[in-house]
Amino acid sequence: MARSDVQLMLDVKAGDDSSFELLLRKYRTPLVNFLYRMVRDTATAEDLAQEVFLRVYRARKDYAPSAKFTTWMFRIATNLALNSRRDGRYRQLEVSIDQPAELEDGAPAFEVPDRQPGIEHQLIARDRADTIRRAVESLPEKQRAAVLLHKYQEMDYDEIAGILQCSESALKSLLFRAYETLRVELASLVETRRAESQPKTQSRRGEMRS
Amino acid sequence: MNCEQLQEILVAYLDIKATPAERRQVEAHLAECAACRGRAEEFQLLWGVLDELPAVPPSAAFSAAVRARVAQEPRRASFWNWVRPSPRLAFAGTALVVLSLWLSSSVPPARQQVATAQQGSEAEFRMIKDLPVLEDYDVLADFDALSDLSAPPQAGSELERPQM
Repeated sequence: MARSDVQLMLDVKAGDDSSFELLLRKYRTPLVNFLYRMVRDTATAEDLAQEVFLRVYRARKDYAPSAKFTTWMFRIATNLALNSRRDGRYRQLEVSIDQPAELEDGAPAFEVPDRQPGIEHQLIARDRADTIRRAVESLPEKQRAAVLLHKYQEMDYDEIAGILQCSESALKSLLFRAYETLRVELASLVETRRAESQPKTQSRRGEMRS
Repeated sequence: MNCEQLQEILVAYLDIKATPAERRQVEAHLAECAACRGRAEEFQLLWGVLDELPAVPPSAAFSAAVRARVAQEPRRASFWNWVRPSPRLAFAGTALVVLSLWLSSSVPPARQQVATAQQGSEAEFRMIKDLPVLEDYDVLADFDALSDLSAPPQAGSELERPQM
């Protein structure tokens, strides 16, 4: 039976470093992703993610499972990201479509759907991804963190509220404002998606009628 | 429910995390408000658009870098580490024993001197304390009038008995 994150952390506290390795493998990708979208730079995101894991390890002696492990870890990550941006230590780079040449999980840098394979489709997909990334990154810090945790980490409201240290009610309003901004910013992509989905819906309806 | 009140519940409704009461309120509002209905639909399309953002896995060196930094952290001492002294501690202990032996071998003469000095000063103190008695003894020994006195009465004589 798989051990919970809290149990793994308690095992680390008891001196079992192999449990820390399991936590590292489990959370390195979501953490680097989250931080990359927070600070807009791969190298800075990896530096901060290393710092998060180091702080988790250092805190093992005093660890008490008062909150979910992910709430605790992502709170550290969020604070580090916000402080990093405020300190101006991150490298303010133009958003690049260049991804790391070699990835730890062996996954492709861009996961392009196979529906229309080919270089043209890949270029379109990259262009769309770039537009989305810019829109997400232009959100105010707290709204961006809320969207990243809600949409990409799929966390519950209470957990995100715990990380951002606000009420659930305030979080829901924050998310609404963030998605409303993105809806306007990405209106063309939303319309494209609507157009892409309508023929399928119509054909499905046709199939159902026939 | 109005459009403003919907804002706080809409995301939870689309996440299918609204309470049954909230769901009924939202659906009642969406049925009569085309603007909110359109927004709700576009939110769902937007979430599909956001899914197109690719994940950025960590670089190949990431985990190794974390492990290297963690390896530099001080480890908590295990039971055997606690039982088995470190070389530094062993050296310090040995040095302490050697120092104690050396000190103990050089201490007795000093202690004897101190003891002798203490004994001498105690004898002098007693002599000074008894000095008045000694002086009285010399005076009494040379006091001629005392020799004229008769011998003291023997113990148990009538004279010593109290008169009833």
